[in-house]
Amino acid sequence: MPVVLPFEKPIVELLDRVRDLRELAQTDSSVQAELELLEQQTAEVARELLSQLTPIQKVQLSRHAARPYTMDYVNRLCTDWVELKGDRRFAEDEAIVSGVAKYHGQSVVIVGHQKGRGTKENLLRNFGMPHPEGYRKASRMFELADKFRLPVLTFIDTPGAYPGIGAEERGQSEAIGSSIAAMARAKVPIIATIIGEGGSGGALALGVANRVFVLEFGCYSVISPEGCAAILWKDGSLAPEAATQLKITAPDLLRLGIVDSVIPEPPGGAHQDADLAAAQLDEVLSQSLAELSLLDGDALADQRYNRFRALGTFES
Amino acid sequence: MAWPEKNLPTTDASEKQSLGEGIFRLCGGCSVTMPAEELDANWGVCPSCSHHHLIPAAAWQQLFCDDGALDEWAADLRPQDPLKFSDGTPYTDRVKRAQKKSGLPEAIQIGGAKLHGRPIAYGSFVFQFMGGSMGSVVGEKITRLFERALADKLPVVLLQASGGARMQEGILSLMQMAKSVAALERLRAQKIPFISCLLHPTTGGVAASFAFLGDVNIAEHGALIGFAGPRVIENTIRQKLPAGFQRAEFLLDHGMVDMVCSRLEMKDTIGQLLDHLCSGSDAG
Ligand SMILES: [Zn+2]
Repeated sequence: MPVVLPFEKPIVELLDRVRDLRELAQTDSSVQAELELLEQQTAEVARELLSQLTPIQKVQLSRHAARPYTMDYVNRLCTDWVELKGDRRFAEDEAIVSGVAKYHGQSVVIVGHQKGRGTKENLLRNFGMPHPEGYRKASRMFELADKFRLPVLTFIDTPGAYPGIGAEERGQSEAIGSSIAAMARAKVPIIATIIGEGGSGGALALGVANRVFVLEFGCYSVISPEGCAAILWKDGSLAPEAATQLKITAPDLLRLGIVDSVIPEPPGGAHQDADLAAAQLDEVLSQSLAELSLLDGDALADQRYNRFRALGTFES
Repeated sequence: MAWPEKNLPTTDASEKQSLGEGIFRLCGGCSVTMPAEELDANWGVCPSCSHHHLIPAAAWQQLFCDDGALDEWAADLRPQDPLKFSDGTPYTDRVKRAQKKSGLPEAIQIGGAKLHGRPIAYGSFVFQFMGGSMGSVVGEKITRLFERALADKLPVVLLQASGGARMQEGILSLMQMAKSVAALERLRAQKIPFISCLLHPTTGGVAASFAFLGDVNIAEHGALIGFAGPRVIENTIRQKLPAGFQRAEFLLDHGMVDMVCSRLEMKDTIGQLLDHLCSGSDAG
């Protein structure tokens, strides 16, 4: 099952040794010191290796097949999850999951892109690429949250909105625009986290929030590096250069003011330890939600407006 | 999936095939040759087959604004190069070229105008400027258009012709979609009309933000309108697209626009619409 990217190999080998030793330590306490040393060394090697990744390698990590997806976080962070389905217009779209849950005892609305594990589920989830129905379901959730005064947590993880005939026939553009509008209007706290791939307008449709965070190896881009290279140089194999030019890695996003902070991932990336990744996300989300809960509805909408109003650079 | 498509025309087909110093033009629809001034006098609409050729923003201004007069807003905004982007040619050079080619500083003009005597907030994309793509300046000007319209209680008429978000400003371009739609939402909350005109072509990040959120959406006759570009879709589904796919009439059939309009009838139609929408009992 686990896919290992070439540049991850040394880390994965070390992590395997840590796991073996940890198992041994359960019955043989004499290896405890060795275990701790190895854990420390592994974390250092992982940090060192991953800090040297090129932008396109970070893109690959953000798309890693073993990376935790929206429901992996929801299951770890929330209780009392009730999934809500359908756009009330045409269909249910499994590329986006939504529902209500308890988060630290508080009811919240959850909306996130959902990729699949394995071919069968990926076909069902359309590889996390929503049709208009997914965005209309999302809009419905933002309105539901607004109506019942519930905070919203969104999780962004999509290559982009699906480019297909049916999607165009049923108004992909309008669906995305309306989802952005519904988020802009809502008078409740909204926190968005880019947990993997943030692909273009299909990602932004869940991204108009009071606070926007990105995981350490998440990316967020106006166009995929492959698509960009195809347009600029008519050669998709030049995606590495496009990834570099587009400035889409977490540190870039922080520097450009797109995200409010970068959430660290476990040694080797979120997929090496989903529990720890969720715990680190939890720390940031719970603190932000507490801060935002002090604001009233109008102040929340104004803060969100001003946050996005300030983005952009020009001479005047 | 929001960027200017290479297969969208950057210059008019008829210009490329002009015969003898551009005095004659070849219609892109019916291949009839006609004097250039005849086509210009008809706002780029072929007298034989009604094919709509691209016309510059200045012509749209003449066509839409009473006396061709526009009191321009935020005309001093100029693009920067936040990513130090280069595809071989630096973005700053591409901007200079576009400015020279279009004679304008950026891909949109906004301002106050009158339409059949009624004051409006007017915006018009400049497709000749990097495919009308939306970077920070375009996003800022659209946001200011909606904000000024809200402050002055003016109905908004926005003419869109854009390949989408501007790749060269990366993620900041994507954020312009959120910024402009948020401003539009404030306008909508105050029940001020927004007439959205989708000209040829309207795709990507412009289509997927404010373009379809008009109180009335008007598609220009024959315009290509959609989220993803046709080639992206063909490469994804690995089949040829049906004739007329993503054309204005296709959008009308699928309920995405209120009407398809000839360029020549658009102003009068909008005048009528604003008369209706502004005559309700709450209207000031
Ligand atoms: Zn003709």
